[in-house]
Amino acid sequence: MPSLNDYLILSGILFSIGTAGVFVRRNLITILLSIEIMLNAVNLSFVAFGRSLGTADGQIIVFFVMTVAAAEAAVGLAIVIALFRHRESLNPDSFTALKW
Amino acid sequence: MTLFYFFGAVAVIASLLVIAQRNPIYSVLLLIASFGALSGLYVLLDAPFVAVIQIIIYAGAIMVLFLFVVMLLNAPQEETEFDVRVHPVLRTAAMRLGAVLAIALVVELMWALTRINGSGSFPSGAVVSVATIGHRLFTDYAFAFEVTSVLILVAMVGAVVMAKQDAVRGGK
Repeated sequence: MPSLNDYLILSGILFSIGTAGVFVRRNLITILLSIEIMLNAVNLSFVAFGRSLGTADGQIIVFFVMTVAAAEAAVGLAIVIALFRHRESLNPDSFTALKW
Repeated sequence: MTLFYFFGAVAVIASLLVIAQRNPIYSVLLLIASFGALSGLYVLLDAPFVAVIQIIIYAGAIMVLFLFVVMLLNAPQEETEFDVRVHPVLRTAAMRLGAVLAIALVVELMWALTRINGSGSFPSGAVVSVATIGHRLFTDYAFAFEVTSVLILVAMVGAVVMAKQDAVRGGK
């Protein structure tokens, strides 16, 4: 029977993969996907803690996180489409209009 | 235990491949595989509600949205000609810093988790039923639930406004 620690370690590994993806990739869509990986890692630890404490609160918070993730994906992808229309590029380094 | 390692390995390997791919379509499809493995982990954690909405909402709705945008933009390969203009030392430094930060995060988490006293094994409890979750959602979390609907409305309007053609806005 895997313990709470096993789930937390797995969640930490997944979150780190998402963090590395945000830093390493040069593609807006892949960066958004990495953010989804991070959100899912946090969801996993929420469910594991909820199971450990024997309450439904962990699953309810996961429900809200998924809602926010859906809203974030919709708005983020709309921004990506608008940016791509202006610059014909998905590289985040090509959007430097606000850079000092 | 075996199932935990199987699902965990699938989730980690698929997530790593999501980052390693240059083609976003493969990234999205691999992320769906990762979400399927996570759904299996939720079943192991006695959370059938989360397991089901993980498949229906995440893999079914959000990832299809991503797939739509990837196909709509039609820019499959990551562009590299822009990177030539960036100083290579600076660029690799930023990437190296990101990798170091991720590794440091893993090491810190491992260190923190090894210092926990006790085995951390789960108590034997009943499965949280969907009825319980629904009841809690409309009593204790009623305000957050209603605010969520406003959030989705705002996100919908924002997405429509931002993705609108500029010509429509200029020619009013």
